[in-house]
Amino acid sequence: MKILIPLKRVIDYNVRVRINPDGSGVVRDGVKMSINPFDEIALEEALRIKERGEATEIIVITIGTQENQQQLRTGLAMGADRAILIETSEELEPLTIARALKVLIDREDPQLVIMGKQAIDSDNNQTGQMLAGLWNRPQATFVSELTLSEGTATAVREVDAGLEVIKVKLPAVITSDLRLNEPRYVKLPEIMKAKKKPLDTIPFSELGMTPETQFSIVSIETPPKRPKGIMVENVSELAKALQDRGLI
Amino acid sequence: MMSNILIIAEHNGKELNSSTAKCVTCAKKIHPDSIDVVVLAADSHQIATEAAALEGVSKVIRVDHPVNEYPLAATLAPQIIELANKYTHILGPSTTFGRDLMPRVAALLGVGQLSDIMGVENAYRFKRPIYAGNVIVTVEAPSDRILIATIRSASFAASEQTGNAIIEKYSINVDLPKHTSFLDLRSDSGSSRPDLQTATKVVSGGRALGSKDNFDLIYELADVIGGAVGASRAAVDSGYVGNDLQVGQTGKIIAPDLYIALGISGAIQHLTGMKDSGTIVAINKDEDAPIFEIADFGLVEDLFTAIPDLIAALEK
Ligand SMILES: Cc1cc2nc3c(=O)[nH]c(=O)nc-3n(C[C@H](O)[C@H](O)[C@H](O)COP(=O)(O)OP(=O)(O)OC[C@H]3O[C@@H](n4cnc5c(N)ncnc54)[C@H](O)[C@@H]3O)c2cc1C
Repeated sequence: MKILIPLKRVIDYNVRVRINPDGSGVVRDGVKMSINPFDEIALEEALRIKERGEATEIIVITIGTQENQQQLRTGLAMGADRAILIETSEELEPLTIARALKVLIDREDPQLVIMGKQAIDSDNNQTGQMLAGLWNRPQATFVSELTLSEGTATAVREVDAGLEVIKVKLPAVITSDLRLNEPRYVKLPEIMKAKKKPLDTIPFSELGMTPETQFSIVSIETPPKRPKGIMVENVSELAKALQDRGLI
Repeated sequence: MMSNILIIAEHNGKELNSSTAKCVTCAKKIHPDSIDVVVLAADSHQIATEAAALEGVSKVIRVDHPVNEYPLAATLAPQIIELANKYTHILGPSTTFGRDLMPRVAALLGVGQLSDIMGVENAYRFKRPIYAGNVIVTVEAPSDRILIATIRSASFAASEQTGNAIIEKYSINVDLPKHTSFLDLRSDSGSSRPDLQTATKVVSGGRALGSKDNFDLIYELADVIGGAVGASRAAVDSGYVGNDLQVGQTGKIIAPDLYIALGISGAIQHLTGMKDSGTIVAINKDEDAPIFEIADFGLVEDLFTAIPDLIAALEK
């Protein structure tokens, strides 16, 4: 069984994101880039499935510029078997990404696609669900526990009401939540070994589809700051302040 | 230009979720010609009645079918597609229900989606947060296509219950996939405490609580002020409380009148879930904790003394 893991290169979650002075976008120069944390969790889950003997091959995929090789190499160092870079310099919307991934699905015929539930830059939370829709296959989103058996997956999903358990037939798209697992750290020998693993570049134009941009950004701004608060000395001052505001 | 909006109702099989009333408020800001609400359920009678009472709703469409007993995106999406061609906009809440469902609807219609709308400029221009709410973008969608979007509940008040919409039944005629089945919902929503998503007061605890037993302190304070309980990711990961109480980028996004953060450092991923609250209180023993940067009232103290003292002070 093959597992496909789409990875997105994003600004590291520890970076305080700032807007360019000219308002054209966010500052990227010299900023640390990483694999989207949810995608790293997705990959870790695939590695564990393979280590249990339930999968044979794990392919990491990313769509973007040559710089994305860095994230693919990290994925290979974590344990993926091969990598595919779909090369484009355009910023693509989730529907186009999902369509591109569907082309790869048709070529690779995986039983599982595991991906992050959202990317921490655009926070869209769309691509997995769109891919499942285009593929006409089940989706199990926001998953914190995944069990495979005989062509099905049982997924525990983190939903607003608590934990929902669903069963889906494979092939399927799974999207990971934070508590699915804790990704491993890559060790130096693995980084060296990963350099020898295959990484194919496919120009986006070879996919036989045109990227489509539906939404345009009119402006970008920093959210309004809250007025500066006050530090109280003790609990009784706090209780009084809250009572004065009529909150308690 | 005409606009006709369809809102996908969220419910638990018995009652309408308050996120739907917030979608209606957002829809009204578009100044549409009509707002319809569709209720997909096993028996939607009660839920449809609640939806019809929402001010601004023109029509409620009941789609009753046994498969709609559980909200599975794969079975709901094709039913929504059947209704879609009469509308210019289809909106759903940006809750786990809507986040799961709406992108599948969009993909089946061959269009993109706008996630987490927090402000309406006009029928095709909206504000939404990115980078965990650190950046706000104004986005324009093409007016020649159906717009699929999710609505950030914390940004809109619930529509009032003074409406009186007509209710129609609709039977769907599509083949529904059988590849997905519901097994179980583990939930402690039976609790008598206010619901985290709609509460006007929330008391949240972080990693500092140190154990599930100690987390009782948070519940005690919440009960004294009649508030709901929330938590940081660290508290959920450590097993002090269930995932449904997590506040933040990957949990619930809330804006109560009062938010009390106890032993929470204030990571941006947490702040994004609560920084629109009316009044924010933080108690933390580290005076440099980032949570103090957004707190209206901050207190540097050990929470194990501060919480019991606060409870005593408030009970007086
Ligand atoms: C992709 C991603 C998504 C995330 N999503 C979320 C999310 O949705 N929600 C969320 O909350 N986090 C989220 N996080 C995690 C977030 O980055 C922080 O790790 C988390 O919020 C920290 O929780 P905490 O404040 O309880 O713990 P800590 O950061 O460990 O803070 C504990 C605080 O308690 C204080 N303290 C300790 N002892 C005491 C005491 N006795 N009395 C008073 N104060 C004390 C300390 O000074 C410290 O400030 C996410 C992270 C990532 C990478």
